Amino acid sequence: MSAPRLPGALVDTGETLKFTWNGRQMSGHPGDTLASALLANGQRLVARSFKYHRPRGIFSAGSEEPNALVQLRRGAAQEPNTRATVAELFDGLHASSQNHRGSLNHDLLAVNDLMAPFFSAGFYYKTFMWPAKFWEKLYEPLIRNAAGLGRLSGQEDPDSYDHGFLHCDLLIIGAGPAGLAAALAAGRAGLRVILADEDFRMGGRLNEESYSIGDRSGADWAATACAELSAMALVRLMTRTTVQGAYDHGIYSALERCTDHLADSSGKPRQVLWRIYARRALLCAGATERSIAFGNNDRPGIMLAGAVRAYVNRFGVAPGRKVAVFTNNDDGWRTATDLLAKGVRVTAVIDTRKGGTRDLDGVRVDHGRQILDTSGRKDLKSITMDGGIRVEADCLAVSGGWSPNVHISSHMRGRPRWREDTAGFVTGGELPWGLSAAGAANGTLTLAAALGEGQATANRIAEDLGHAPDRTPLPRAEDEPFQITPFWHVTASTARAFVDLQNDVTTKDIAQSHREGFGAVEHLKRYTTLGMATDQGKTSNVLGLAILAEVSGRTIPETGTTIFRPPYTPVAIGAYAGRARGRDFRPTRLTPSHAWALENGASFTESGPWMRAEWFARPGEQGWRDSVDREVRMTRAGVGVCDVTTLGKIDIQGRDAAAFLNRIYANPFLKLPVGKVRYGLMLREDGFADDDGTTARLSETHYVMTTTTANAVPVFRRLEFARQCLWPDLDVHLISTTDAWAQFAVAGPNSRALLSRVVDDMDLSNDAFPFMACAEVTVFGGTPARLFRISFSGELAYEIAVPSRYGDAMIRALMQVGKDLDVVPYGLEALGVMRIEKGHAAGNELNGQTTAQMLGLGGMVSQKKDAIGTVLSQREEMTRDDGLRLVGLRPLERSEKLSAGAHLLNPGDPQDMAHDQGWISSVAWSPTLSHAIALGFLKNGAARHGEVILAHDPLRGRSQKVEVTSPHMVDPEGTRQRG
Amino acid sequence: MIIDHPLLGPRDAAEFTVLGDAALIHRPDGMAEGAEAAFHDYVYLRDNPAGLHRELWYHEQGDRSWLVVTRNTLTHEITEVALARDVARAEGRSR
Repeated sequence: MSAPRLPGALVDTGETLKFTWNGRQMSGHPGDTLASALLANGQRLVARSFKYHRPRGIFSAGSEEPNALVQLRRGAAQEPNTRATVAELFDGLHASSQNHRGSLNHDLLAVNDLMAPFFSAGFYYKTFMWPAKFWEKLYEPLIRNAAGLGRLSGQEDPDSYDHGFLHCDLLIIGAGPAGLAAALAAGRAGLRVILADEDFRMGGRLNEESYSIGDRSGADWAATACAELSAMALVRLMTRTTVQGAYDHGIYSALERCTDHLADSSGKPRQVLWRIYARRALLCAGATERSIAFGNNDRPGIMLAGAVRAYVNRFGVAPGRKVAVFTNNDDGWRTATDLLAKGVRVTAVIDTRKGGTRDLDGVRVDHGRQILDTSGRKDLKSITMDGGIRVEADCLAVSGGWSPNVHISSHMRGRPRWREDTAGFVTGGELPWGLSAAGAANGTLTLAAALGEGQATANRIAEDLGHAPDRTPLPRAEDEPFQITPFWHVTASTARAFVDLQNDVTTKDIAQSHREGFGAVEHLKRYTTLGMATDQGKTSNVLGLAILAEVSGRTIPETGTTIFRPPYTPVAIGAYAGRARGRDFRPTRLTPSHAWALENGASFTESGPWMRAEWFARPGEQGWRDSVDREVRMTRAGVGVCDVTTLGKIDIQGRDAAAFLNRIYANPFLKLPVGKVRYGLMLREDGFADDDGTTARLSETHYVMTTTTANAVPVFRRLEFARQCLWPDLDVHLISTTDAWAQFAVAGPNSRALLSRVVDDMDLSNDAFPFMACAEVTVFGGTPARLFRISFSGELAYEIAVPSRYGDAMIRALMQVGKDLDVVPYGLEALGVMRIEKGHAAGNELNGQTTAQMLGLGGMVSQKKDAIGTVLSQREEMTRDDGLRLVGLRPLERSEKLSAGAHLLNPGDPQDMAHDQGWISSVAWSPTLSHAIALGFLKNGAARHGEVILAHDPLRGRSQKVEVTSPHMVDPEGTRQRG
Repeated sequence: MIIDHPLLGPRDAAEFTVLGDAALIHRPDGMAEGAEAAFHDYVYLRDNPAGLHRELWYHEQGDRSWLVVTRNTLTHEITEVALARDVARAEGRSR
C-alpha cells in the first residue's frame, strides 16, 4: 500500500497511477518518479549490485543514480538499465529489478559477496589470464552470466526516433535557480533562448529544498518564472531534455524524451536527438552530491542527504521512519531540519567536523564523530559510531559535499580545476567555444549567489551579443555561506567501504590499485572500473580520487581528475540512428525501368545506392543460372536491352573542355572528333588505375562522360578538384547528369534492326553510324535522345539515352517494337557474364591496386602530355615487362567450376605466397563457350597464353589445372562490335 | 564544425568532404625535369602540423566549391576560409 504523502509535495495526490513492480501491483501519483513511488510503497530493496550481488536501495533522486537500475516495460519495448530515479511514473508501467538469479530477495549469486576477498581490483586480469584458450569457452560466458545488468528484449525496437536541428543565441543547460534567473534575464533582453532541463519539472533543487525566494517557496518561484518564460516568443523551454555533449563551434547535442512518460507513444517519435547551434551557452547543470566511504555504507536505506530532502520535500515521501544524518558540511543539518519540519523522526546527526556546537531540539547530535559500520542485511537497521555507539536508523542521509556538474565543460579541452573553499572541481582550462558556467555548476553553492550569477552572466552575454541587459532586481533569497570540511572516508572501518556503488569499488580496491602501480587517476579508473558504466561515476569519481590522493600522499589538485566525454547520461542507440534504420538507412535509388522490371519478374540487387535488376526469371526456369544463361544467349543471338542508367554521367562544356579532358584521361583526348566516342582511362596521381568509361563529343565545346556506377560521385569530385584547384583558368564547366538521362544498352546482332524502328529518320548503317559514333537524335517521333555506338558486351551494340521522365516509356516501347525480334531484357548478371567473356575490366579488376599495364592498357598511357597520374605510372616497378597482366583462364577439365580469389601457381611449386603467380579476379560460366571462364592477373601473363598452370583456392579446398588464354575469350578480333 | 563559406555563409561541416593539405593545389609540372621526384613528394609527403593547417574542403552537399580552410588542428578553430580557385590563382596556378 502506498503511504499517505507528506504535506506540500509536488505530486497530484488527486489522481492515482497504477503500476507493477516485479509483478506486484503498486500505485503512485502524477509527478512521481518510479523511485519515489517505490519508496512510497515501502519498496526499499530495488537492486542487486553489479559484482557482489549485494542488496541495494535507491541512493539518489536524479540521473546520477548508481544503484536503482531497473527494467521498464515489457515485450519488444522492454528497456534495461534505466534509472528508477529519472523514470517518470505513468499508469500501467511495468517495472522490474535486474541482475539477480532467482528473486530479488533471494539472489543465488549473492554467494559472490562471500567470495569478495577473491574479487578485488584487477581480479579478472589476474585470474583469467591462463590458460588462454579457456577464455572464450569458459571464463567469458561465466563472467557474462554472473555480471552484467538488465536484459535486452532481443526483438526489434518498436519505437521510432528522430533527429532535429535548433538555433539560438543562448543555450541554457539546466533550469535550476541559476538557469531560470539566466533565462529570465536573457529572455527579457530579447535573446533567442533555449532552456533545457533533464527533469520533467523545471526548477532543479528549488523543487527539492525548503528554500524561499521573496515571499514564496522556491518551487512556486520556479513555476512563475517558467510561466513568464513560456509567454516569451523567443524562448523555448525544453523539459525532459538532457544536453548530452558539446562539440566544435557552439554545437550541442540534446536528447529529448518525448513519450517515455506515456504508456504508448501513439506513433510519435519516442526520443529526439537535437543538434543545437548556439552562439553562446551557459552551463547551469547544478552539482551532484557525493557520499562518504565507511563500513557497509551501501545498505538499502542509505541515501544521499540531498536525495532524502528531495523525497521529503518534492515527493512527500519519507524514506524512513527513523532517519540518521551523517555529514561533513552544513547540508546535513538542512536535511535534519527539513525532516523535522515534516514530522519525520531524526535519530541522530553525526557531523565529522570537530568542535561544532550546533544543537537540534530533541535530536541526538554528535560532533567530530564517524560512522564505522551499519547493520541490516536487506534494510538498514542501525549504525555504529566510533566508541561503539549504536543508533537505530532505517534511513541514513549522507552528505560528503557537492561536486559541480562540470562534465560538458570538459568535452572539448577543459580541465576542471579544484576549488578549495567548496571542495569541488569547477570548470577550468579551455571551455567549449562560447560556454560559461553559473550557479552550482560553477561552484556557487548558495541560493542568492546562484540566482545573481545566473542573471549577471546572462546579462553579460546579452551585452556581448548587442542587447541591452535586463535590470529587473532579483527577489531576496537566503545566502548563508556553505561550510564544508572535506572528509572522505572512515579509515577506522574494518568492513568494506564502498566508493563506487555501481561497480562495487571499495576503498581497499583504490589502495590496492595504488599499491600495484596504477596510481594515476586514468589508470585507477581502468584498473578498478571506478567511474564506469551508466552513471560514469557521478557520485563516486571525486570521492575515489580524493582517497587516491590520500593514500598516495598527494593533494587533490596534484592527483587531478578524469575528464568526461559525451554523452552526459546514457542515450539509446536508436536515438543516434534516428530514422536511418532498416530500409531507411540510406536513400535507395531506383532506375527509370524499375517499375517495368518489377512487373517482368526481375529480382534486384544493390549496386552502390542503386537497386538494379539482376535477372528476369521466366516461368519454368529452375534457378538464376537458367535466367542468366538465357539472357546471354538471346542477346548474343538476337538483341537484349539493359538499363545502364546507373553509370555516372557528367556533362562537360566549355572552350577548354578538350584540354581539360586531355589532362584528366591518361590517353589522348585532344583530337576526338565531334560525333565520336572514345574509351578513356583515368589514373590516380600515384599512377594506379582509378576509373574508366567513355566520353562522347557532341559538339566543339560539349562532351558527355560516363563513369562506373561505383565511382560516379568520387570522379565528379576529382574533376571539380582539377577544375578549381589545379587549372582554375580553364574555361570548362561540369554538371552531373546521372539522374537526368535514362540510358539503355541495346546489344546483339539485331540491335540495329531494333533501333532503326526507334530512332527517327536516321541511317544507322555501319558506314553512316560506325562503331564509336555518337549523335543527338530523336526517337518515336520527336522525343530527344542521345545515341552512342559503344559496346560493353562485345556485340554490335548501342546505348540510347532519353530524358529520365521518358525512361519508363522507353523500356516499354523498346520491348514492344522489338517483340518480333525476340528482344530480351537482361540484368546485371548477364551484363557481367558478357563483359568477362569479352575481357572487359570492371570493379574486380579496377580495384585500386591495378595499373594500366596490368590491365593490358599500358600502351594507352600517353607520354606526350601531362595528365593526372602519368608521371608516377611510369615508375620502374609498375612498368616491368614481366609484371602482372590481365589474362583469361579456363579449366583444363572443362566441366569444372572456377573460384574467384584463387591464387595462381606454377605446377609443382610449393603452395605458398613466395611462389604466388597471381590471382583470379572474376569468374563466370560462359553460355557462349559452355564452360567456366575467368579473368585474372598473372605474372608475365601476356606472354603465357596457352600455358597450363594451377589455380589454388585453400579457402574452398580446391586446386585445379587451368589454361591461360587471352582475356578476350569471345570474339577476340572484335568483328561483332564493329559489324 | 561550422565552416564559414565565402559565398554561402556558415554551413555545417557535415555538408563537406575533406581532402586534406591544401599543398595539393601545387601539382608539379609533369613535363619538367625531375618530375618523378617532384610527384613522389607531392603524392606521398604531407605536413601534419599541431596548430594552423590549410586544408581543402569540398562543399559536396552544397554548391560544389572547393575551399581552402585554415583550421587549428588542436582546437578546430577556423581562422580563414577562401575559395580554392581564388587561392590557386593567387598562388600561380593560372595555366
